[in-house]
Amino acid sequence: MDRVVLVRYGELGLKGKNRPFFEQKLMDHMRRATAELGRPWIRKTYGRFFVTFREGQADPGRLDQVIGRLQRVFGIVGLSPAVRVPLDLDAIYRAAERVVTEHLAVLGRRDGEVPFKVRGHRANKQFPHTSMDLNRLVGAYLLRQVPGLKVDVHRPEIEVAVEVREDAAYCYSRDLPGPGGLPVGSSGRALLLLSGGIDSPVAGWMGLKRGLDLDAVHFHSFPFTSERSLEKVEDLCRVLATWSGGVTLHVVHFTEVQRAIQQAGPPELGITLMRRMMVRIAERIARREKLLALVTGESLGQVASQTLESIGVIEAVTALPVLRPLIGLDKAEIVRLAERIGTLDISNRPYEDCCALFVPRHPSTRPRSQAVEAAEAALDVEALVQGAVERTETLRPEPGPPA
Amino acid sequence: MRGLRAGAGPGLTAVKQLKRRTEAYLDNAATTRPHAAVVAAVVEAMRGAFGNPSSPHALGLEAERAVKAAREAVAALLGAHPDQVVFTSGGTEAINTALKGIAAAYRREGRHAVTAAAEHPATLAAMRHLEEDGFEVTVLPVDGQGLVDPAAVRAALRPDTLLASFMLVNNEVGSVQPVAGIAAAVREHRQATGRPCFLHVDAVQAVGRLPVSFAQLGADLLSLSGHKFHGPKGVGALVVGEGVRFRPLLAGGGQEGGRRSGTENVPGIVGLGKAAKLAAGWVAAGPSELRALRGRLVAGIRERFPDARLLGPDDERAAPHIASFVFPGLPGEVAVRALGARGVYVSTGSACSTRKPDPSHVLLAMGLAPGEVRSALRFSLSPMTEEREIDTALAVLEPVVAELRALARR
Repeated sequence: MDRVVLVRYGELGLKGKNRPFFEQKLMDHMRRATAELGRPWIRKTYGRFFVTFREGQADPGRLDQVIGRLQRVFGIVGLSPAVRVPLDLDAIYRAAERVVTEHLAVLGRRDGEVPFKVRGHRANKQFPHTSMDLNRLVGAYLLRQVPGLKVDVHRPEIEVAVEVREDAAYCYSRDLPGPGGLPVGSSGRALLLLSGGIDSPVAGWMGLKRGLDLDAVHFHSFPFTSERSLEKVEDLCRVLATWSGGVTLHVVHFTEVQRAIQQAGPPELGITLMRRMMVRIAERIARREKLLALVTGESLGQVASQTLESIGVIEAVTALPVLRPLIGLDKAEIVRLAERIGTLDISNRPYEDCCALFVPRHPSTRPRSQAVEAAEAALDVEALVQGAVERTETLRPEPGPPA
Repeated sequence: MRGLRAGAGPGLTAVKQLKRRTEAYLDNAATTRPHAAVVAAVVEAMRGAFGNPSSPHALGLEAERAVKAAREAVAALLGAHPDQVVFTSGGTEAINTALKGIAAAYRREGRHAVTAAAEHPATLAAMRHLEEDGFEVTVLPVDGQGLVDPAAVRAALRPDTLLASFMLVNNEVGSVQPVAGIAAAVREHRQATGRPCFLHVDAVQAVGRLPVSFAQLGADLLSLSGHKFHGPKGVGALVVGEGVRFRPLLAGGGQEGGRRSGTENVPGIVGLGKAAKLAAGWVAAGPSELRALRGRLVAGIRERFPDARLLGPDDERAAPHIASFVFPGLPGEVAVRALGARGVYVSTGSACSTRKPDPSHVLLAMGLAPGEVRSALRFSLSPMTEEREIDTALAVLEPVVAELRALARR
């Protein structure tokens, strides 16, 4: 009796000729995500993946760990812990009994009997018992052996799948959700503008979910922002890396630029000028790293820099597509996602990502491009961008800690 | 203007490795660098005397002897008897043990305690615990110098007052509290009422800087912390006077005469003992050298920044090792980082963060406005501070403060 995990994937099926490419990506990510858990064996068959364990590594704790890791692999729609047995009816009985017993344990103690049904599927026609036979035989066996069950084929709470394949029979009943989406890297590579706040890591996660592979860029204004805020951004990358496998972090030393803006620009345009410089620098890094889009955590109208006018004036400095996955989300929705992703507590650490020193009392909510361009005429934009790009350092924070 | 150019500052790699040059370490009130002799003693204790002092064999005995020698050194530094010294995990534990331990042991005798607004958070937070346990706590104000008025203490004492707790040296501005006057008030109160009333002195910032005599102070309990005077972190002591009972914080194997259970932190205690010996030498030599260094710093700052304002007293009521200034218009936290990048380490009255507005309660209690608190820098010295460090700090301070003020004014 072997333990395996059955992995379902959905959207990939729609991808026509690209399908083998997507499947390979997904398989690579599954291998990467489970590598430190004894490198379980992963193969694709019958339109699904099977994760099987090497001798002596199939204890339930390990199984849960593997499922936990796979629940962070985009492209996976659902996971079922399963039991694999030889093609023998007695072995199938015992497998079904084990699956149901464990499922009941997960449901916990309760009053009344739990409705169940058996869903047999005989793909291997050499096997002497038909799908209908399996339903009847296994159902009767479970009813006899496992207390607390009752048959209900219309509204079962436990649905025991018994699949008879060429090589073996598989029994499972639990269906755990995967994160959905597309395998990381299957949609290309982009650059995430990552602050220490709540929004940008969530935007990055949503990009990953749609198959982007991400680098991140962070603008560090030491001594106006602290080393601890940089530590925070690295920790955010480490969490995102548990979903993607790795996030390369480009740290831009932005102090010079910020100082120049502070000295030359009108205070009410400070934030607009700053964000235009950030986008310019990000574009430069993106082109150098062959990244095809920028991803930001902007939502509409949350703060002064996120009015349509502001977004327009800021975006005008780049020819790259700017993706804003959060544009339609409310703050509360973003916070809930951040919690699920695992970035919320890090984002909430009390270090400002941009010192209050540079926040004007009355930032302009409707910056006009003429005024902004006039203000920039006093700055040597190209030299500032060039200098900042040259002062960029690239880090590769380790993924982790494991969720 | 070389002040703060990012390109000239330390690269990220330096930030990551935390291996910056230390040109001037003037943050000795936060913590001190362990003395080389302390480090050697700790290493020696971990290599050699690694036995459990409770073990009956020879290794246990060796460890027990090492702890005993350290106890004697701490007692000698404080003019106390070795039996009066209880080793703890540091100042916070010593303070909590004193306040909660007395309250629990004598709660039938009285449920009132007196302290001051500028005390360390360990004292104020422990007092809040007492309040939750049904005590009434009087928090006395401090004056513009951070000082408590002994007459106010006298007036606050009531027949049911069980505890008074005051610090000897304020950690943020260096005011030396009139503890002798406070102790006299408590003693006379005790004689007048015939009821138990105890004085705890938080001497964390005083030990190793000023002569501290437990017997002469007239305190019933006294707390200290090893890492504030070149000892290791994670070790401190509570000195407990004759006949003073308290309920221990930790239950367990009955170490420290049942007053602090838990296997002794032998390396830490040995390090503390070594630091106490060194401190005894410094204190015996008198504070005039340290005072002269502080004077040099204060004069240098006044000369360069005529509008800078010294906080706390500037006479014999000032500790010899702390000088705090308000630099009007300076973003203090940014200045601390900018100075740190150039190897000069000081501290600030609060963070500039808007999300966590926590200006120092001490400076607020002294009547400063929140804006002033955010512009305060604290310089703190130790007997190991060199004149060169003062001069370096002054030289670096000048352009950094000037540039940051200019930026912040806009």
